[in-house]
Amino acid sequence: MSRILLQGGRLLCPASGLDETGDLLIEQGSIAQLGGEIKADDAQVVPCCGLVVAPGLIDLHVHLRQPGHEYKETIASGTAAAAAGGFTAVACMPNTSPVNDSRAVTESILETAAKEASARVYPVGAITVGLQGAGLTEMAELQEAGCVAVSDDGRPVADARLMRRALEYADTFGLPVICHSEDLSLSAGGHMHEGPTSTRLGLTGIPAQAEVLAIERDLALAGLTGAKVHIAHVSCAGSVEAIRRAKAQGIRCTAETAPHYLVLSDEDVGDYDTHFKMNPPLRSSQDRAAVRQGLAQGVIDLVATDHAPHSVLEKEVEFDQAAFGVVGLETALGVMLQLVKEGVLDMAGLIQRMSAAPAKALGLKGGSLTQGGPADVTVIYDGLAWKVEPEHFRSLSRNTPFAGWELPGRAVLTICGGRITHRLEKDAPC
Amino acid sequence: MSQFNRRHLLGLEGVSQDEINHILDTADSLKEINQRPIKKVPTLRGRLVINFFYEASTRTKTSFELAAKRLSADTFSLSASGSSITKGETLIDTAKNLEAMAPDLIVMRHSSSGAPHFLAKHIKPSIINAGDGTHEHPTQALLDMMTIREKLGRLDGLKVSIIGDISHSRVARSNILGLTTMGSSVCIYGPRTLIPPYAESLGVEIASSMQEAIDDADVVMMLRVQRERLEDVLFPSLREYAQRFGLGVRHLAKAKPEVLVMHPGPINRGVEMSPEVADGPYSVILQQVANGVAVRMALLYLLLSPETK
Repeated sequence: MSRILLQGGRLLCPASGLDETGDLLIEQGSIAQLGGEIKADDAQVVPCCGLVVAPGLIDLHVHLRQPGHEYKETIASGTAAAAAGGFTAVACMPNTSPVNDSRAVTESILETAAKEASARVYPVGAITVGLQGAGLTEMAELQEAGCVAVSDDGRPVADARLMRRALEYADTFGLPVICHSEDLSLSAGGHMHEGPTSTRLGLTGIPAQAEVLAIERDLALAGLTGAKVHIAHVSCAGSVEAIRRAKAQGIRCTAETAPHYLVLSDEDVGDYDTHFKMNPPLRSSQDRAAVRQGLAQGVIDLVATDHAPHSVLEKEVEFDQAAFGVVGLETALGVMLQLVKEGVLDMAGLIQRMSAAPAKALGLKGGSLTQGGPADVTVIYDGLAWKVEPEHFRSLSRNTPFAGWELPGRAVLTICGGRITHRLEKDAPC
Repeated sequence: MSQFNRRHLLGLEGVSQDEINHILDTADSLKEINQRPIKKVPTLRGRLVINFFYEASTRTKTSFELAAKRLSADTFSLSASGSSITKGETLIDTAKNLEAMAPDLIVMRHSSSGAPHFLAKHIKPSIINAGDGTHEHPTQALLDMMTIREKLGRLDGLKVSIIGDISHSRVARSNILGLTTMGSSVCIYGPRTLIPPYAESLGVEIASSMQEAIDDADVVMMLRVQRERLEDVLFPSLREYAQRFGLGVRHLAKAKPEVLVMHPGPINRGVEMSPEVADGPYSVILQQVANGVAVRMALLYLLLSPETK
């Protein structure tokens, strides 16, 4: 494997506190040297003056759709989208067809990934067989096959006793549980956030309390069992408060939110635009402010995309017939850079929440720039404004709420394990 | 000079006072055609109007058909049962197939809120929303307003009370939008389970009793209660509903003497309204039906007639 020299960038690694201008040399898939001026004859030189050289971004919440829904996304297309968005690793949710509830499915995902993926793929196994909410999966075997966590994403475990057992059993093996916390009986029939906009549009609402109640339950069960939980896609103020209280009580938990909850609100559904339909739904502007604050204060640990590709078959239909979900891998960094511009986070804070924090939450490698560590590196050009054009996505799906947005920056180079997985030929700003 | 430059009528949201007055004035002038021995004018000869009804309807569909015929438009109806919709065709495919028949206007009823908005984004013909899910039913509200204006001489400064299942009522939503635009105040009442969340954001008063809703009302509009709401446990029984939220003669004692009682039909006699009220002197339910044809004629005329463009 060739040597790559990233020259004169801002080396920014929140995990180690590194923030200085210097070079970074990649050799044999690892970071061979970093800091200062590095001499490396025969290395491929990439001038990075004025660019941020950061640990590869990690997305803990992605739907790659393979096996089963390859018309929406594949492991190849989804990870190509990830690389284009600056991600070097993704955790993929188990609601495929068949469900990732067995060693065979996990292994087939990893085999395909080894051949075709442009990013590290970390499978997340199901909590219950077939996501049916009845019997537990063979979690030890899933872990051995390569699953980094288990989750009920999309089909929450309704039964509290079963969820307790799942937390205890997973904790036996140190396997984190990712909770899609939603009280399905309270959200039943809903298509968007319950608020003035749902009333205006005559759509059944999903009250924020459907999320808060379920998060409170899952955090209470984490307290009861001592197991570690990771709360997925936090969207409202009540959830932020619940997590804040739980952390203060010493409950072992981490939490994520998605870029769309930080910049959009229920009003953006406008006249029934299905590209603004996801679960949990876009909430009120007060919720958005609370989620922003929660992320800035560290109550919400990290940002994940909940990249949920759907084709026109699921989206070009009546609003109440449309599938929930939006793609996010290719816009997440740009949207987060917008928040840096607005002063919600600083650049180090952004990198921390998209690399170090996700790595730590599930105990993954990467998330830092370390000599001898894996060469997962993302080079970011903050200030390279670009327009979101879904027709140019690497993802097979186009269901983004950000079509036409001007974003203030993006990844110009993504390196995963020493291999260039994305490169945008742009001259460095200096 | 009133203007009406819309291509579609998807709802009354955003429709101005001037536009509503213009539609109602046009309806008033066209109403006379229905009294003639030969009830037909050639205005829309050669124009094609498709009645596209995904959801069952008797009076709205008939009313639109009659309106199109009186203006000499060609018309045909398509309903969900007995069409390719039951064979799994998507809405967009059905719509594009209809579009290929070159209609000038599509009248659409659908069980999904926003379905006409979706259609308007994807096909060219004009669209009139004849009721979408639990969202809007603008032509019903227009015929209600026409009836009120005819009987009371104005649409501003009135107290209109709408009673019953507001949550699931597209009639209520359109009437609230239209009547508040015209300068009247709207008061709603019903069991809390049938009042939409954030109802006050619609610009209405929420009454705390039947009597508070009806006192000093100029118009009392009763809504149909659907039996499937009972299955969804939104109230315990039709018996209790009728007792607490049904309109009887006794309730009307404290209303204005010339109070109008309205209902979009079809009535559940003895549930939301006693037979004495439905057939009583205050009731204008049948005038509503007659005005429905005139309002729909006006809309077809305004949306299709070249000289109005």
